[in-house]
Amino acid sequence: MGNNLDAITTVFTEFYYWVTIVFMFLIHVGFCMYEVGATRYRNHLHTLMKNTMLIPLVTITFYFFGWWIYWALPNGPGFTGGILWDMGAPNAPWSEVMATNLGDRITGVFWAAFLLFSWTAASIVSGSVIERIRSGAFWIHAVLIGSVFWIIDAAWGWSATGWMVQLLGYHDAYASGVIHAIAGGYALGILVVLGPRIGKFAADGTPRDISPHNPWLVTIGLFLIYTGFWGFYAACNVPIISPETIDGLITGETWTATNIYLGPTTLGAITFNFLMSLSGGLLMAYVVSKGDPFWTYSGGLAGIITASAGNDLYHPIQAMIIGGIGAFLAYKLHYFVERKFKIDDAVGAVAVHGYAGFIGLIICGFVLWGYPSSPYEGYAAINPLGMFIGAIIMFFVLGFLPAFIISKIMAAAGILRIPREVELMGLDFKALDEAEEAREEIRNAEKALV
Amino acid sequence: METWAVDLADVGAIYPWQGAEVIMVIVGVVLWLWWHVAQLRGENEEFKADLAKYGSPERIKKALDEHP
Repeated sequence: MGNNLDAITTVFTEFYYWVTIVFMFLIHVGFCMYEVGATRYRNHLHTLMKNTMLIPLVTITFYFFGWWIYWALPNGPGFTGGILWDMGAPNAPWSEVMATNLGDRITGVFWAAFLLFSWTAASIVSGSVIERIRSGAFWIHAVLIGSVFWIIDAAWGWSATGWMVQLLGYHDAYASGVIHAIAGGYALGILVVLGPRIGKFAADGTPRDISPHNPWLVTIGLFLIYTGFWGFYAACNVPIISPETIDGLITGETWTATNIYLGPTTLGAITFNFLMSLSGGLLMAYVVSKGDPFWTYSGGLAGIITASAGNDLYHPIQAMIIGGIGAFLAYKLHYFVERKFKIDDAVGAVAVHGYAGFIGLIICGFVLWGYPSSPYEGYAAINPLGMFIGAIIMFFVLGFLPAFIISKIMAAAGILRIPREVELMGLDFKALDEAEEAREEIRNAEKALV
Repeated sequence: METWAVDLADVGAIYPWQGAEVIMVIVGVVLWLWWHVAQLRGENEEFKADLAKYGSPERIKKALDEHP
């Protein structure tokens, strides 16, 4: 920090991202509450630990290799160039700036901001597979989606120089695709192999409703996810930057906030659009689900997710309508896929994140058709075909496909699904039984004193 | 670091064991992989023990009644 202006800019930027990280922690708190509330009581402790332990596993692996992937692979490699060894080197785990270093004050904060997205990607998958996946199998999947596949897609489509941005005009400002479509696709890939919970479908294939053991916990969890999602939006922006620093086509000397592609937006724009797309989703989901609390809250989330690709540029009323479309389609598709393909997505994660994210990318391609995807010369403009290809890459190529293949391998090795008897007893049976025995012993001891 | 009597502009990394970063990464990766192996083994053993102790049809029916 050579002078006062540098110092203020550096401290502001550090603090800005640091605050977003704290907010984003609430996403994980919300996911834990939501997922635990959605399980039956006999599984709630294992479900809690399944989600909680992804935090350390994704954190250390994101340190070991996830962060390097983001900086080294924007070109594919093979689409617009090779591996960027020079860009990757300072972000490798053995680099001096990936540690306590007075010459670099912000790499750790940026790393953590991306890491919190990694937790979210893994946590989205976690909810859909509850009550029958082995924790050990899930944690391997968590590392793969959180520290490998999502960060590959971020390098490709959520980076100022990503090949998808350059060649396809891919635009995904707040991660409809790079977090939500990929995580939804990944969850679906596991679910196809994992199969439904025992009792989910009647002998004739009719789906049964397995009710959450605590609907109130589910809704509070979703409220917290909304709150953290707001922090996520702020984290996706560069808060203030000069045209000189961007070094692109923007003229003049007016500083601006930008999206991840360094294209201009404002904090006001994303505040309008976050709330309007949330509202569009809530309003539509309430109507389409006939006031069901679980789906109304989930629809709010689906609304934001659908509009997120273009919420840096949409008009708020566009964001509201797009949010409503996403919530409607997520709800309808969830039940269609459940009935037709017997997919047991316990929390609707594939629909709310995967289908809504996919649809959001398609809509963005039409609504922002012709807008520049980047302030740099030579990049493709945003267009429907590029966004459609991008949606396929996110949902199927980097989401569904690897999850399906890895799950098949795990199933063949016998480590994917819990034993049938354990599923029937409940994963927490031993703990609940021992707790009851302990209570009984204390009761008897107390009675002996009377 | 032996003293803070320095111009901070000239100071970079200040953590101990500088130069051993690659070794620390290898240790970290080995510990991470060991954790997965140990966890998967432990989970298998836990399921086996639970099934041996609680896996009878009567016990499962009792469990379903107690914790539906």
